Formats: sequence, structure tokens, C-alpha cells
Amino acid sequence: MPLTFYNKPGLVAYVTCGDPDLVTTRAIVLSAIEAGADVIELGVPFSDPVADGPVIQRASERALKQRTSLAEVLTLAAEIREHAQSTGLIVFSYLNPILRLGLGKFCKVARAAGVDGALVTDLPVEEAREYLGAMQAHDLAPVFLAAPTSPDARLKRIAAASRGFVYAVSRTGVTGQRQQLADDACKLVTRLRRVTKLPVALGFGISNAEQFAQVGEFADAGVVGSAIVETIERNPGREAAAVGEFVRKLLARDRQPSASGPLQTT
Amino acid sequence: MGTVPRTTRVKVPSLAAKGAAGMGYAHTKFEKNALSSSNGRTRAGQPASARTGAPAPREPGRFGVYGGRYVPETLMAALDELEREYAKARRDPKFQKRLDELLRTFAGRPTPLFFARRLTEKLGGAKIYLKREDLLHTGAHKINNCLGQGLLVERMGKHRVIAETGAGQHGVATATVCALLGFECVVYMGTEDMRRQELNVFRMRLLGAEVRGVDSGSRTLKDAINEAMRDWVTNVRTTHYLLGSVLGAHPYPTVVRDFHRVIGREARAQILKAESKLPSVLIACVGGGSNSIGMFYDFLDDKKVRLIGVEAGGRGDALGDHAARFRGGSPGVLQGTYSYVLQDSTGQIALTHSVSAGLDYPSVGPEHAALRDAGRAEYVPASDAEALEATTLLARTEGIIPALESAHAVAEAVKRAPKMRNSEVMIVNISGRGDKDIGILRENLKID
Repeated sequence: MPLTFYNKPGLVAYVTCGDPDLVTTRAIVLSAIEAGADVIELGVPFSDPVADGPVIQRASERALKQRTSLAEVLTLAAEIREHAQSTGLIVFSYLNPILRLGLGKFCKVARAAGVDGALVTDLPVEEAREYLGAMQAHDLAPVFLAAPTSPDARLKRIAAASRGFVYAVSRTGVTGQRQQLADDACKLVTRLRRVTKLPVALGFGISNAEQFAQVGEFADAGVVGSAIVETIERNPGREAAAVGEFVRKLLARDRQPSASGPLQTT
Repeated sequence: MGTVPRTTRVKVPSLAAKGAAGMGYAHTKFEKNALSSSNGRTRAGQPASARTGAPAPREPGRFGVYGGRYVPETLMAALDELEREYAKARRDPKFQKRLDELLRTFAGRPTPLFFARRLTEKLGGAKIYLKREDLLHTGAHKINNCLGQGLLVERMGKHRVIAETGAGQHGVATATVCALLGFECVVYMGTEDMRRQELNVFRMRLLGAEVRGVDSGSRTLKDAINEAMRDWVTNVRTTHYLLGSVLGAHPYPTVVRDFHRVIGREARAQILKAESKLPSVLIACVGGGSNSIGMFYDFLDDKKVRLIGVEAGGRGDALGDHAARFRGGSPGVLQGTYSYVLQDSTGQIALTHSVSAGLDYPSVGPEHAALRDAGRAEYVPASDAEALEATTLLARTEGIIPALESAHAVAEAVKRAPKMRNSEVMIVNISGRGDKDIGILRENLKID
């Protein structure tokens, strides 16, 4: 059961694969896992990342300079899986690279690589019918985004379509760090709790230990992306070590084992 | 249908179908045709077997298999709101009356249909008529859509408007409507386009809009849309995204098309009055495809009228040298919609090139993709050089300097008219005027 949060709050760590290159990404991910990340989001770089702020845009550009492809990300996933059996692995992508590879092929290769699930940023539940079928056929967990602007009826559909966990977006906006977590975040998690028993991971804007601990007060896990990617950007030559230090600092406050045992997520 | 490109018929998820019930306007004659043929396509040139088929499945925002709504979750509620508000506005006679009045008294509709006598004589063949959208206020057809969406913004009670622009014509039209209706206006524009359409940048600023340069990617229209979407994701509660073409997530391709249908509606009545018959051919340029779909739409049921869309052939056939999506592209998802996209083998979006900023875009409106697959419309490229040559030709035979975008349509007329009979008629849409292109024309034409 790799898609399981053993601690509260769990840490979902995002990296853009291929930034600065795939060999380094592998070292970064293993370092984050060793430092305590529960789930890794393997970001697939895309030429037109409309949902991302400047930090992840820059990372995508660097990764695309290396011509990093979705197929290579899946190969990387298989390598990581060899070294980390109990860590959740989620592919985080825009839709077009997946369509280009082929939905069926994507799911098949991802499953074989030991991937647990996927999150497709620009695929809302309405358009996800075939995607859900293919994901289910290959026993992969589809994770969907829930936004502060999603009305309750949409939250219900999102929760019903999701497996593993629901990714709650803490505020309107693109990815990136913020000084404060908005009120939006807490309200959204509360609304989600009414419609699902799945764990809720909160993302967008979490960058330090204080915010991460705060997330634990109402959500099951926190997603940290831009802050990790920025750490990579700022530490050329020692990316993996720097990310390890960053994650350890982030988790410095004591985490509790999940109240009722590990949160079953599927 | 879910996510996957298929040539097979779209299956309708039950919830989506439910949502479609209130969306009568989305189910147009063409969409029904495309969907009710057995495999979602009709053979080229063959009328769709529409009328005989079973009731068409109803899925909002789909044109055959194309279209849809591929955006981050944060935007879904705003798209729903726009869809609802537009459905209400369409049924509201007051809305239509106000829009018609603004089109007439502010924008300058109807635009003339002009017989190009000297061009016709010079080319020898079909009689060529020009639909003069270039005579509209702000210099292009874009104002039709901006006035329509502007009135929708008023209805939704929002006060901030954002837009993208390529050639700057949509940006100028948006800035104009925001000044007219009293909205705050921010226009995103690639820095490459700001350089080549300098005059329009100044016009937007003069009209009180803030122009934000976008320095990522190819620094053109596509990148401006990315940045506008990021703004919208952030400020969605207070802001309307006034999208300028038949692109993006549902309901934009339908909304923008409907606001431009007036072009074809007028042209059809005008040509019947002038010639007592329908034209054999319509020609319009296709960037996103708003002027062309507006021109084509009211002729879709006139099966004998050939519809020709002209894409930017740029400077060559290699990926990156043109923006001819139907020549070098394949189905994919970009910026909210499923359509033909210029992309590499791993699904990354390709860079494009055109001398005309308004055509320099790697995807195309989803309804055009469906019209193309159904064989109802044809799409051909015209190169940079052909467009430049056509500009000079039209200027010197008719005293009309077309926008470089529209010059692509003229270039196709130059190739096609001589092969047609004298008794045949063609209409070329002059979607905009060339004042904005003076800098590029000077660089390229060497006539100083």
C-alpha cells in the first residue's frame, strides 16, 4: 500500500523531472524519501504550464532543454520504485503529453513501473471518463484537484472520482509560495470532509515548517512543490543534499503517527 | 468522451448530458451533423447524413470529437457561470437589442460587401467580392466579439477584464470596449508581438489599458494566452477573461462564434441582393479562426458554397517555420480545448512562425477541426511571401491595405480566382486593415 500516509501530516513532495537532468532528479527524489516524504509527485515538464507559477515554469524550461519526456519519467519511476517500496509515486502532468503517448499505454507502462496514481492538472472530472476507465483497468489511483471555487456539487463529483487522496488547492492562483495560508484552505478542507472519507492533501503555497505544521491541524497531508523546486534551482551541484536538508527542516516539528493507524487511501 | 482523441463517436457521460439540457444554443446544425454520422465523420465533400440520423447526442461544447473543457479545476466554476449567463443573455431581447445598437452606432455595422472590379479583371475568372470588416471601428472584426462579451461582463457584475492579443487587434478592441463600459483592462501580449505591432501597443495604452509583456516561450500569442490564464486562475472571482478567438475551453468557442456570425449573415443577404445567387467560394484566414467561422457559419447549410480557410504557411514546411495546423499538426489539447495542434513526438507544443502575428498560433478553433474532418471546409496555407505580395496587389488594384492576416485570404483568392468561371462569385473576408502592419510592411516590401 504505497499510497498511504503513515504520519500526520503526511508530506507529498513535488519535483519537476529532468531539472536539471534525470540522473539528478533520481538522487533528489531518493534524498527526499530518506528525509521523510510519504508521497512523491513526479512532475512531467510541459511547454505551456498554465497552472504553474514562475518557479515551476523555469524548472519546466530547464527540463525541456534536456528533452525530458513522459516516457523517460516513467522509466525514472521504475528506478525509484526499486529503491523505495513503501513510498507513494504519483505522475503529475498536463494532459497533452499523456494523450500523445496514448492513454492506455501510459497507464500500462506506469503500472509496470510501480507508479501508484496520476494527477492531470488540466483534466477536470467532466472530461475524465475514458481516463478513469483506463486508470481503473490498470489499478492506478486518479487524484483530482479540488479548488476553493468548486461548489459543493462539484466537490462531490471530484471526491467520487478520486482514489488515493484528494488534492485540495489552498487558494485561487498558480503554484508558488505564499506568506500565509488563506482562509480559503481551511474552509475547502471542511467542505471536502463532508463529502469524502479519503485523505485530503493541501497544496499550493506551502514553503516552511510553520506552514506545514499548520496544514496538519486540518488536512491529512501537505503538498510542497515550488519551495522544493526553488531549493533545486538555488543549489546547483548539490541539489539532492539540499532537498534532503530542506525536507528534514520542514518536518522538524514532531509528526504524529496517523491517529487511526496508517490512512488507507484506496 | 473523456479525454482521449478518437475518431469514433463521442459517448456522452450522463452528468455532462444533463448539463447540456439547458444549453440549446450549443447544438447547432453542424454539430448535429457531425455527431449523428455513424463514425463522427463524413466523407470529404459529402453532405453530412444528419437529418436522417437518430437524435444527436447532446454534449455541450463538443464539435464532433473536438472542443471540450480542459482547464484547472479553479476555473471550472467561472466557465459554468459564463455558460449560464450567456444562455440567459441569448434569450433576453434587451441584451440582443443593446448589442445590435452598439454594433450599429458604435462599431459601424453593417459593413459593406464591395465588388473588387479591378482585382477581378486583373486575375480573370471568378467575380471577387470583399467583405469589409476592416472598416469597423478599431480596424478589425474583433470588436463584434468584444462588444458581446463586454455586455456579458456587465451582466455578471464583474469590473476587471483581461485579454490576450497577438496582432494587437483583439487587445485594442478589448481596451476600447473596456473604456466604453468602464472596466479595468489588462492585456497580455508577447514581447515579440509588442515589437512587431508597436502601434497597437500604444493604442491600447492610450485607451487606458495596461499592456503586460510576456517574455516566455516564443513570446507570441500562445504565451500571452498562458499568462492570461494564470491571471484568470488567480483573480477568477473578480475578473472576466475576454478571450479573443474561437479557442479555449467551452463555452468560449461557441460564444465567440455566435458574436461573429453577423459577418456571414450580412454577407449572405448582401450577395443575394447583389448577384441574386450564392457565392461558389468563401475565403477567410484562420489563426484561432474567429473571422472565418463568423463568415462561414450562416453558409454551412448551403452545401454548394465551398468554404476555404487559409492558414499561415510561414517561411517553410519544417515544424517551427509555419502555423499550418492542418498540414503539420495532429489532435491534442492546448489551452483548454481539444483540436489540431502543432506538437512534437512527446506532446510538447511546437514553436510557430508567421509574418502575421494574428495567425502565429499552434492550435486552431475546435469547430474548424470538426468542419475539416467532416469535409465541409477546406484549409490551405499561404506563405509569408504570398501574403506580402497580396497586400501590395490589393493596395494597388483596389486602394485597400489589408491586415497581414487578411492578406493570407487574398493570396488564396489570387491562386483560385483565375481557375474559376466568370459566372462564379467568391467572397473574401477582409477581416482587418493593415495600418498596424506598416512597420513590418516597410521592413519587407522595400518600396521606400
